[in-house]
Amino acid sequence: MTIKIEKRLNTPKYLSIVVPIISVFVALLIMFVILTIFFMGRLGSFAAAFSETCSAYQELIAWPFFNQYGLYSTISKMVPLAFVALGLSFAYKMKIWNIGGEGQLYMGALAATWAALFLFRGVNSPVVLITLVAIFSAIAGALWALIPALMKAYAKTDEIVVTLMLNYVAIFWVDYLVYGPWRDPNGFGFPGTATFPQAAMLPTMFDGNVHIGVFIAIALAIVLEYINRKTRWGFNSQIVGDNVRAATYSGIKVKSYTIISLVVSGAIGGLGGGIQMMGMQHRLMHGFSPGYGYTAIIVAWLGKLNPIAIIFVSFLFGGLLVGNDQLQMFYKLPISLISIFQGLVLFCLLGGEAVAAYRLRIERAKEVPANE
Amino acid sequence: MDNDPILEMKNISKAFPGVLANDDISLEIRKGEVHALLGENGAGKTTLMNILFGIYHPDHGEIRMNGKNTSIHSPQDAIRERIGMVQQHFALVPSLTVAENVILGLKDFGFIIKTKQVEKQIKELGERYTLPVRPKSKVWTLSVGERQRIEILKLLYTGANILILDEPTAVLTPQETRQLFHAIRKLVQEGSSVIFISHKLDEVLEISDRISVLRNGRNAGTMNRSEVDRRTLVQKMVGRDVLLDQEKPQVEPGPLKIEIKDLSVKNDKGLMAVKNLSLQIKGGEILGIAGVAGNGQKELAEAIYGLRPIESGSVQMAGVDLHHRSIKKRIQAGLSFIPQDRKTIATCPNLSVMANIFMKNTIPGLKKPSLWNMQIKNMHEKTSELVENFSISTPSSKTAVRYLSGGNLQKVVLARELSNRPSVIIAEHPTRGLDIGAMEFVYKTLLEEKKKGSAVLLLAGELYEIFRLSDRVAVIYEGQIMGYTPPEPAYTEQIGFMMAGTREAFIHDHQN
Repeated sequence: MTIKIEKRLNTPKYLSIVVPIISVFVALLIMFVILTIFFMGRLGSFAAAFSETCSAYQELIAWPFFNQYGLYSTISKMVPLAFVALGLSFAYKMKIWNIGGEGQLYMGALAATWAALFLFRGVNSPVVLITLVAIFSAIAGALWALIPALMKAYAKTDEIVVTLMLNYVAIFWVDYLVYGPWRDPNGFGFPGTATFPQAAMLPTMFDGNVHIGVFIAIALAIVLEYINRKTRWGFNSQIVGDNVRAATYSGIKVKSYTIISLVVSGAIGGLGGGIQMMGMQHRLMHGFSPGYGYTAIIVAWLGKLNPIAIIFVSFLFGGLLVGNDQLQMFYKLPISLISIFQGLVLFCLLGGEAVAAYRLRIERAKEVPANE
Repeated sequence: MDNDPILEMKNISKAFPGVLANDDISLEIRKGEVHALLGENGAGKTTLMNILFGIYHPDHGEIRMNGKNTSIHSPQDAIRERIGMVQQHFALVPSLTVAENVILGLKDFGFIIKTKQVEKQIKELGERYTLPVRPKSKVWTLSVGERQRIEILKLLYTGANILILDEPTAVLTPQETRQLFHAIRKLVQEGSSVIFISHKLDEVLEISDRISVLRNGRNAGTMNRSEVDRRTLVQKMVGRDVLLDQEKPQVEPGPLKIEIKDLSVKNDKGLMAVKNLSLQIKGGEILGIAGVAGNGQKELAEAIYGLRPIESGSVQMAGVDLHHRSIKKRIQAGLSFIPQDRKTIATCPNLSVMANIFMKNTIPGLKKPSLWNMQIKNMHEKTSELVENFSISTPSSKTAVRYLSGGNLQKVVLARELSNRPSVIIAEHPTRGLDIGAMEFVYKTLLEEKKKGSAVLLLAGELYEIFRLSDRVAVIYEGQIMGYTPPEPAYTEQIGFMMAGTREAFIHDHQN
């Protein structure tokens, strides 16, 4: 009897759900070991470290998912993640690797602030102001993505590098403004702008604990799902994504598709920034995003670029972020451990995908002709 | 000829995911024979030879040299056993000379190479086997035929006495083929054995002493040349009788469908690949373009279709200039293109049969899909209909096309290109890599389109395919048409001369 490893011809459907779940589980397991080692350094004995890790894990899961207030923060954290991830998935479907979610989020937030605090100062109607601010943030994100889009379409530059670099440019722009011209004079030197006017704040639910951004994200996911499934754009974009040369051959204008997909991707990310300003932050601050734009890459992948799945995954990741905050607060874990965890998730996910492409086949020994 | 086998392959099996490429194949090679391995593409010829040459390792079975078991794990082992192989794609360094290429990778030369001596040896070797080469020429200046000679000399230089030639004539003109055959005969006289891989019946019948036919990964029989004829070989190859020569339907030529005037097109390297080429095709007419691959056929097809810019000249369909028209406009004007490269250009491997059939978004007879609702359900229904009409064997219209065989994949392309009611069809090597059953289907379908009044531009490497389908034959050489002949085998020699660059007029002058 021999055991053979061979490539799968067909990946069964159930694997696309099982693999991410197992990947996250494996990442949690590895993180458990790392945490135990970390706590051993602090507490000395293995037993104490082990029980400390267990209680930390309990906190990590119980608070964000099974506690009312924890759930509120989970939902609030998931909104920017969901927006950026939805935007990214729109480009990723065509194998255009937009890594600039963070920058597009920042530019959206910047434009939202400009619109709410300066441009439309006098507008008192919440509906009008919120709509205007949302449009401005989406346009800003779109323009920010237009730069790499044009460069890719006309100069064949690599969008990964350009979008990634533009993240830093966007972050420094925001920093310049919040430390400089836009700094709130009554803010006690804090690097942030003044608070948004009441009319530019999103309506809230649950005693003001959750803003309605989550519904906008869900609606957006449904719209994107429709576009993917039913429209000509969705149909043609899968052709571009699978084989660019076949797309050209089919008469699809690949350049336009490249530009539009990146621009829409950026617009959704920018809108996420605007929603975050209007719903959560209510002011532009230095470093308002703890890397939502990067975490969103993982979210988009875990959700297999499916908009509906992305909503669920961003809920899960929102919860993880909240749980991580808890750990930082109550267990005094350094923030870099959190980054390690996120890296582990992505690592296990990619590893899991690679492993799932193969299967084990157990083969009974055949009659082998005797060698002499 | 000595009847003891110098090489035996016994019960060789090799499986790749999803296919059993070699299934219990046994093969004997005798000293001093030309042994042909005949079979359709995908029959397992190349896999078997790659096993012999140590590139693949068999799952089961053994290889015996001169009656002794050997294990060949790498090409180095094979070379030690004096086995050499000329692959379909040559492995030469263009910027080095012939002599340098021959000794490339050989270890027994020390640090300083005695070039003079090596060159002399190569020259002698070439003369002895009627494989003339100039050892000092740089490889990039040489023709394909000359490059092939270098590959063979390289094997002889390393002392190989079993030579595997994988489809050696695919890239040659008829004249170069004759020269190669001459050299092969010389080689076996001197005691070498040649394994000649091919799917061309006539060549196999001409050159071999014994023939092994592979079918679906099995050895369908080894026969002496004297015992077989064309028909029995075809039967062995496909397992049934086929009609290779059906009648061409006679169609009264219709109005002029496509006119190309003084067309010039550059290739990927920026050199002129098509030079001031003009041609015309009428409705109901098939114009076959014969020529050695790489003489501008691909560039011509791509320029007409719009995948490659036109440097000068014009392409007109029904009097309308196509210059500056997008591919989409050309498709709408009734231009269909069956590219040679169906996996990389004509289809999306990971998408469904349905998506591939509707890749161009339009199929007449179906309500035009709107921007906002493609009516996926209708598209699946229409696909099932086409799957039936074109007898595509696929589990469903939702199956990704990468699971389909080459023949079925080509049928998907045909279903898309031909249900678009084309007025002009460009068919570039439409049967490359297909088995005889699928080839027949392609011929039948193209001839039906001709009956319906389409103009067909057929670019094919195989002359019999051109004779089989076309009404006129044009011969292309370095991007120019050398002349026209009627589609009859009697003109093969004339076509051969034109394929090698002689103009029609010149041939006539010569004959008169």
